[in-house]
Amino acid sequence: MDSTDSSALISAHNLRVEINKQTILDNVSLQIDAGQIISLIGPNGAGKTTFVRALLGLQRLDGGKIERRPGLSIAYLPQRLSIDPAFPITVERFLELSTERKDKPVGAALEEAGIHQLRKLPMQSISGGELQRVMLARCLLRNPQLLVLDEPDQAMDTTGQQALYRLITDIRDRYQCGVLMVSHNLHLVMAATDQVICLQHHVCCTGHPEAIAQHPEFLRLFGQPVDGLAVYTHDHDHEHDLHGDIIKDA
Amino acid sequence: MLEVSLDNFLFRALLGGIGVALLAAPLGCFVVWQRMAYFGAALSHSALLGVALGLVLGMPITLGVVLVCVLLGVVMTFIQLRPEVSRQIPLDTMLGILAHAALALGLVLLVFIDDIRFDVNAYLFGDVLAIGKPDLILILVVGVVVWGTLVFIWKQLLEITINDEVAAVEGVSVKRVRFIYMLLMALVIAVVIKIVGMLLITSLLIIPPAAARRIAHTPEQMAVFSSVVGVIAVLAGLSASVQWDLPAGPSIVLAALCLLPVITLLPGRR
Repeated sequence: MDSTDSSALISAHNLRVEINKQTILDNVSLQIDAGQIISLIGPNGAGKTTFVRALLGLQRLDGGKIERRPGLSIAYLPQRLSIDPAFPITVERFLELSTERKDKPVGAALEEAGIHQLRKLPMQSISGGELQRVMLARCLLRNPQLLVLDEPDQAMDTTGQQALYRLITDIRDRYQCGVLMVSHNLHLVMAATDQVICLQHHVCCTGHPEAIAQHPEFLRLFGQPVDGLAVYTHDHDHEHDLHGDIIKDA
Repeated sequence: MLEVSLDNFLFRALLGGIGVALLAAPLGCFVVWQRMAYFGAALSHSALLGVALGLVLGMPITLGVVLVCVLLGVVMTFIQLRPEVSRQIPLDTMLGILAHAALALGLVLLVFIDDIRFDVNAYLFGDVLAIGKPDLILILVVGVVVWGTLVFIWKQLLEITINDEVAAVEGVSVKRVRFIYMLLMALVIAVVIKIVGMLLITSLLIIPPAAARRIAHTPEQMAVFSSVVGVIAVLAGLSASVQWDLPAGPSIVLAALCLLPVITLLPGRR
């Protein structure tokens, strides 16, 4: 992964970050191509968020470098987005704020993300799961080449997570953007991902989900093999959307 | 009946007061949204050092205030970027130290001014009734600059208010916008100090937006409503001041304060 080929949207080479004289990231390299979903997993405190912030240029590097495709447009969903209650803003206005070109109506993006009914609500009144969808709708409007999500599934139950991952895969399929996703949820990550990177200050192991699940380094970190790929891929009798309505699968 | 003429001191006070209310309100919204009330207070406290410097060095007082406020803002930004300092001393503690250091230095410097016409009370509590034509021109110029700049950076400021890191990733130059905003704050403080005085500047920045929050559903509505609240407070405060011979600046602040519960008790939409 040391050499960057022309298909890369963004690539990190031998990143090193120290915070308070502690090495948080050590020699971490990564390349993200268009249309690729990469999941970043690792235990708490492994440096996942630091790596994401470094990649986005929000964290000072102590070594290594980051190459971006010129003019790369990025959409970023941080781990938390708390909007001050004193700031009056509706979901609709929040979405309008991000669009530079009005080539896509806000309503259509809300529809795509399945949250049309939230349109007029204040941002502070929606739930964590709804907020993630609003943020994704915002990404749709921006039509980014790279989508970076830091634990988008944390505030959701399993059904909500599955719906979210499906939405992310849909977005990837439709817009052919690269996706980098931090997650704790091994089962879902494994099924929805092209490449998994297991981080523990350094890159422990990397590869396709099936290979990673059996990798000794992975097993050492997470204790047991992941046999739950079926969580995502098994046949459903029926499914629910965010609001509990039954979705007819095509 | 009020004589509508620039030669009438009361009419000048009214114009100046309205101008300042219109200036303070939209900037004050960001003070409230970004929880910077203490930053505003720190800047306005340091303004007295600017007054003293202006008098001692013989430069325009407004310039002195702007320079000191900007300097304090730059020092604060610099400290924030030094994690080894900001981790051990919390930001609000640091603000308090800097603001009061500037205030103390200003009070000490004022001893060296032997101009008997100088009245420190005018800067501590404001002297809206002493507003002259040059002051009105200054307010007008600052008003045009501040409103014009705000319109220009409005959207970016809103994005930073929501989340500065997301804004940075999406291409907003966060540091530059924050610096411009700080310059505007310094300018506004330099003119508001004439109306309500150093001690009460923050109230004119935060009370109207706090009152407007209840009835505003968009950031723009909140900016407009808080401007209206500010103007009403100036009208009411000045009237009370003339009627009952009260100090003008504090009366304006008290009038704003009275509007706060009135608006808060209005039936909301939801």
